[in-house]
Parts: sequence; C-alpha cells; structure tokens
Amino acid sequence: MTWIFENWERFWEVTEVHLRLSVVPVVIGFVLSIPLGWWASRSQTARAILFPFANILFTIPSIALIVITPVLIGVKILDEINVIVPLVVYTVALMVRAVADALAAVPGNVVAAANAMGFRPLRRFLTVDFPLALPVTIAGLRVATVSNISMVSVGALVGLGGYGQLFTEGYQTDNTDKVLAGLIGTVVLAVLADGLLLLIGRLLTPWARVGR
Amino acid sequence: MPGYAERVKVFGIYIQGGPIGVVVATGGIRRVIEFRAVTKRFEDGTIAVDELDLTVEAGTITVFVGPSGCGKTTSLRMVNRMIDPTSGTILVDGKDVLTVDPPTLRRGIGYVIQQAGLFPHRTVLDNVATVPLLSGWDKRKARTRAAELLEIVGLDPAFGKRYPAQLSGGQQQRVGVARALAADPPVLLMDEPFSAVDPVVREDLQNELLRLQAELDKTIVFVTHDIDEALKLGERVAVFQTGGHLAQYAKPAELLSAPANDFVASFVGRDRGYRTLTFLHADVPVHPVTTARLGERVTITDWTLVVDEQNRPKGWLSGVDGEVEVAEKDLISGGSLYDGTTLRGALDAALSSPSALGVVVDDAGAVTGVVQAADVIQALAKARAAGEVPK
Repeated sequence: MTWIFENWERFWEVTEVHLRLSVVPVVIGFVLSIPLGWWASRSQTARAILFPFANILFTIPSIALIVITPVLIGVKILDEINVIVPLVVYTVALMVRAVADALAAVPGNVVAAANAMGFRPLRRFLTVDFPLALPVTIAGLRVATVSNISMVSVGALVGLGGYGQLFTEGYQTDNTDKVLAGLIGTVVLAVLADGLLLLIGRLLTPWARVGR
Repeated sequence: MPGYAERVKVFGIYIQGGPIGVVVATGGIRRVIEFRAVTKRFEDGTIAVDELDLTVEAGTITVFVGPSGCGKTTSLRMVNRMIDPTSGTILVDGKDVLTVDPPTLRRGIGYVIQQAGLFPHRTVLDNVATVPLLSGWDKRKARTRAAELLEIVGLDPAFGKRYPAQLSGGQQQRVGVARALAADPPVLLMDEPFSAVDPVVREDLQNELLRLQAELDKTIVFVTHDIDEALKLGERVAVFQTGGHLAQYAKPAELLSAPANDFVASFVGRDRGYRTLTFLHADVPVHPVTTARLGERVTITDWTLVVDEQNRPKGWLSGVDGEVEVAEKDLISGGSLYDGTTLRGALDAALSSPSALGVVVDDAGAVTGVVQAADVIQALAKARAAGEVPK
C-alpha cells in the first residue's frame, strides 16, 4: 500500500491509461455489437456465422492476440491501438451473443403489438426492442467491462497496459509492493466500473423491478 | 334477401338476430371491411385461408371463431397487413389495403392482442398514448387523451403512473383496449383478447366491451376459439373450419338453430337447443309467491321465499311444521335469478331453484314473483308456432 501513496502521481498516471484502455474498447465493441446482435437475433444464417466465429475469437489467448495485432495492422508497437483493437474483438465476441439473446427475449406479443400499432422498424428498435433488451444487455456489458479491465494488463507485454506495467516493473525489480499496487488498482477499478454499470442499468430500467 | 333487424319486438317476444322476414328499411349499408376471394398460402404450402368472401358491416361486432389452425387469426391480421394475402383483395372502407403503407394503415386501425401485449417499459398512460404519439400528437395532448380513455374503459386514472407489471391480467387487458381506442379508429381488431384471463374477469371484460360498443359504435372484428364468447359478443359470427374455409357466417341465433353443416353443429356444441333460448326475449307469466322476512313468525304450508328488508331474496323455507320463527340457519339456498331478459335466464332460474320456482327480480334486485319451467316451454312453443324462432 505504501507504494501507492509514495508514488501517487505515477499511480494516477497508470490508472488513467488503464481506464482508457479498458473503457474505449468496451464502448466501441458495444456499439459494434448492437447491429451485429440485432442481425443475429433476426437471422438464422447470421447466428450460424457470428456465434461460432465469436467463440473462436474468444478462445484466442489474449497474449497471442495482443502480440500479433501490431503485425497484423502495421502500426507502431507502442500505439494504444495495439491494445484497443484486441479488446474490441473480445468485447464484440462477448456482446454479440448478449445483445442477440436480449433482443430474442423481447416478448413476441409485445413486438407484434408494436407492429400493429404502426411503429416503423427503426423507431420500434430504438423505443421498444432495445429498451426491453437493456437488462440482459447491461448484464453482458458488466461482464465485458470487468473482463476488459483485467485483460488490459496483458498489454504490458507490448509496453502498454496501465497497471500491467506495475506488474512487469515490480517483477523485474523484485518490488512486491508495486505488484500489489497494480493488483489493488485493478480490483478497485473493476468493482467501481461494475457498480457504475449496475447503477446506470437500474436508472435506465425502473420498470424491470416493479412487482405486483 | 329479407332485411335484418337487430331486435324487433313481435307479439311481445324479442328476437335478437336471425332473418325474420320483416323488412326494415335501411339506407345503403356501408360495408366497412370486405374480403374478396382472399387466400393465404404460407411458404410451407399450408393453406391458412381459402378463398374467403366475407363482408364485415359497419358498426357491428363480428366474431371470427373456430378451432386452432382454421385461419381466423390470419384473416384478422390480413386486415392491417400484419400478414399479406397470397391472392384476393381486402378492402377497408372501399380502399384496397395493399395500396396503403402498413404503418400508416395500422395507425388507423385499433388492435388488441392476446395477453394485452403492453409495453412493459412504459407507464400505463404512455402505453395508451402510443398511437397518438406515433401519429405526431404533442405529448401533453396525447396524455390527456390517454387519461380520458382509462376512464372510458373503467380504470382509475391513478393507474396511469404504474407500469403494466403492477396491474392484474384483467386490468392490463383494459389498458390494451384503451390503447387500441386512443386514436379513435373506426375499426378495431381484437385477437383473442380475453383468452388469458380467468372466467369471472373474462365475463366482466365481455360485458364492458358490449357497453363500450353501445357508446362507440366501432366496426369490431373479434377473434376467439370460444364459441360461447362468440355467441355472446357477436352480432354476426363467422365460423371457420380447419383448412381456412368459412363454414357459416350468420347471426348467433341462426348458428344455433340452423347450423350450415355438421362441423358447425358440433362446434356450436351439444346444448345449442338450450342456448337458443339466450336469444329469445319473451314475456313469461310471473306468478305471485309467498314471502317471509327473517325473524318473522310464520306458518309454513308450502315453499316460502325468505327476503331481506329490501325485499331481496335470501333463500327458501320448506318442510317445517306449524308456526316457526324464520331463521337464517333453516334457509335452503336458492338458484339463479331471472331478471326478465332472456328465456334462458327464466328457464335456468326455474330449473336451478329448490322449489322449482324461478325467482324473478327487478333492477334493484327485489323479488317481483316467480316463473315456472312449464311456462317457459310454453312461451317457446308459442314463439315457434308464430315462426319467431329462426329455423
């Protein structure tokens, strides 16, 4: 713990990097997974393509993906893109199924009623299907966020990685306190992010908790 | 074809439905929904609706009834283009529905779906305001209209702030009806709306619908698999047969008395002779009855009807010797009460009464006399002789 207080500025700096490297991919991945999930929820073919593909992506070890990304997309080794891209891939792989399942779980008679009332497709999606899919979607988003926060550290292998750098540096200099600081930072960040999403979910879906 | 009279009083007998040979002068009837040679074949080759020709007249409740897979719901859904026909034409007010863009068409046609299908994430008020908002009303006006509608369908406007999950099934279905009526569409499609609620609530909702229709005068197409519901609500009933054939399209009394084929006869059910009585409104002689009040000392000689202070029936007393004090514990509970409306009610009151005397009550529930089964049968025989029972 003492390391954190003695090196507050440095700790805050890696926290910022860690936060950025985990949140940016979640946001991008989430946005990408909405149309993909919608497609998968409507088409058997889309599901047959997207789901196995997502599973394969998810089984690629994060170390491998992070190390190989600079080679594949040809950017400088220290660019943050090298961490963001793999994490976007993981987020999409996780969220496409969550969004598809959430949309598929919207009750059929509610959708039929919306059509019968005269909703056009886009408006129906934005004001009926998607809001009703939010509870399940947000549950998926919490998993994706926490898993991203933990995975960012692997980026230390390519010189980026927020708290991950505290791990490598601490290991190299035999500084347990520094490793512990990175660990504490990761856990606190994960818990806070998870709690925040939970809160946002509750605020957005007051209807989901009303009982008779 | 002779004209149709909704309820024509002939020799003191009201007959609802059925061509009765009395020509009632009416202007040209506006035919609001017409199916012309409509066929729907699904991709897998099954024929859901086969060459349907049918006209739903303006301002009536028309019921499509039949077993599952008979094409009744498909037919309904072709009216607002939730399903498009394979061939044939559907006209709403003379206009081919296929020429209208579906969302625009649907906003002009109310729709009530099974189990209400309310939007769980919107308050009751916003659910009701859905179509006005889609049609571009401003929010305040749409909500004011929605609150009015809650009252029209018999719900406390305080329910407006709740979410659908906080309402009972019956209340949800009332909201479903309010939502369908919000933009005041001339046509209302109801797809098995009351099938998921318990029988008592269902009866309430049915009565409410009849009350609403008396005020609103919409053209309503109502789909159900329940023949009793069809006969109760429908001014005209279309019986569909498996394979998408229209087996018979007639007034309820005619379905009961003159089913077009064996399918209709068996679908209408075993008690149809008895149920025909529902559509006969006759003057049955009302006989006086001996009554006594609770706590009174009386000499019981025959069946005596015990009543309360407001003259409302409490039960029967019989088989006690000499003078007794009328006590609640000695009462034999009575049968159904006859409110002077249909022959079915009269006969049931007589048959279900322990004394074989059917208790007749007025609007306030006070006893006015008793009817006997034999008199009901006689009234029926008279009606039949006079040709007032549809053949």
